[in-house]
Amino acid sequence: MALYSEKVMDHFKNPRNLGEMENPDAVGEVGNAKCGDIMKIYLKIKDDVITDIKFQTFGCASAIASSSIATELIKGKTIDEALALTNKEVVDSLDGLPTQKIHCSVLAEEAVKSAIKNYYDKNNIEYDKSKFPNCDECESCRMV
Amino acid sequence: MKVYADNAATTKMSEHAVEVMVDIAKNNYGNPSSLYKIGQIAKESLEKARQEVAEILNAEPREIYFTSGGSEADNQAIISAAYAGKRKGKTHIISTAFEHHAVLHTLNKLEKEGFEITLLDVNSNGVVKPSQVADAIREDTCLVTIMYVNNEIGTIMPIREIGAICREKGVLFHTDAVQAAGHLPIDVVKDNIDMLAISAHKFQGPKGVGILYSNKKIPLVNLIEGGAQERNKRAGTENLPGIVSAVAAFKDSVNSMEENHTKIIEMRDILIEGLSKIPHSALNGDREKRNAGTVNFCFEGIEGESLLLLLDEAGISASSGSACTSGSLDPSHVLLAIGRPHEVAHGSLRLSINEHNTKEQMHYVVKEVERVVGYLRDISPVWYDLKNGKREFIL
Repeated sequence: MALYSEKVMDHFKNPRNLGEMENPDAVGEVGNAKCGDIMKIYLKIKDDVITDIKFQTFGCASAIASSSIATELIKGKTIDEALALTNKEVVDSLDGLPTQKIHCSVLAEEAVKSAIKNYYDKNNIEYDKSKFPNCDECESCRMV
Repeated sequence: MKVYADNAATTKMSEHAVEVMVDIAKNNYGNPSSLYKIGQIAKESLEKARQEVAEILNAEPREIYFTSGGSEADNQAIISAAYAGKRKGKTHIISTAFEHHAVLHTLNKLEKEGFEITLLDVNSNGVVKPSQVADAIREDTCLVTIMYVNNEIGTIMPIREIGAICREKGVLFHTDAVQAAGHLPIDVVKDNIDMLAISAHKFQGPKGVGILYSNKKIPLVNLIEGGAQERNKRAGTENLPGIVSAVAAFKDSVNSMEENHTKIIEMRDILIEGLSKIPHSALNGDREKRNAGTVNFCFEGIEGESLLLLLDEAGISASSGSACTSGSLDPSHVLLAIGRPHEVAHGSLRLSINEHNTKEQMHYVVKEVERVVGYLRDISPVWYDLKNGKREFIL
């Protein structure tokens, strides 16, 4: 059996919403180069709706596929809907990930949350901080 | 175009090795331990194979043991030398930080049993100096185990000089020669080697066959108990089709070594020159002190597994020392040992070629690696930060 599902390979080889964004309303970046995974997500937000999204990823095929599908899952959604995205949804939408690659889906969820947090911070919007990852303390990129 | 460039992982068996294997399986199926004729014919083939290996290595047939592979040979050699030392009160072992795990994990096990292990630094060029070995040897050192050729970066260790130092100090010297056998000349007498491990599938022989050379003065410890095979030191009915096939492949490799060496080096240099032109890349390991077939590069700003999968799409089989491909959290211990930082080690690529590759393939590989590295850099936030000066280039 192949390491990855066809869905993972498809998103890895043909990533959706790939690239940098000019003048984004929010940017989120998680992971670190030492661990071998970094995801960066750019958002355009209008009336609480994610109207456009882009990503860049340094990492393995599952990291690239996880970020690609996460952008598809939240594009056109409201911020609240995007905040509800879980890593499990990312895994399920990719028809599964190998156990040692689950952390890539966690990173994708956190990248989305990190971008939304950035949007709240920039616009002085009150939010429940406990709902967001604290990347300074979080060990998720060390999770396997 | 299809390019198999992972010969350090394993090789395709030669036609000759396959023919020999099938012939023995069909026509020489006896158990070498049986007394009747077909058993004795099998025994003769086994001993002929042993004799041939001994001749290649300049050893005695009784110093050659057939095992299940290089890992078993490494395990048995190191454990035997360590226990022989312990009986004389010597429990210090010297090795290097970038050995194969067959060696490192055996040393970890011995450390838990009370042995003291010194792992020598392999310097930024991936070559240990004989003087480092001389300086590390103590009164209680029982064994020095240093690989002949590093499996990831292809650097060659000064085995003969290290062996001479060990001889002078009365310390046993083992070398993991898995990447050297069949590719570089080995003479256990001239090279001052007491113990050596070989794996047949690295020189177009079958998988599942290893060879241990152990000087007759060293009492071997059994890893597998049972029958009296291999002079009581390795139980289990001998894998005769594998062994005879392995030795045929070994002989073929040794006989065509010189001719192949030149051809492979020419191809390797096309890779090194071509890949060096990719900006912010670096060859891993010494440029000169390296074997013919292995090229290992780091490319900054990308991750190795993505690189491998995209090269696979382009028909190229290669390997990487990234954490994602190693199945652990850390990238290759070899690349870390030569001083590559984690973020750079993640972006490594190993290409290992043999005489069946072509120059045309090498040009294709260079072109495809350049294309894929460029693509992965375009989608990498790390590369953007490097380009925009938010992060400093290491390479």
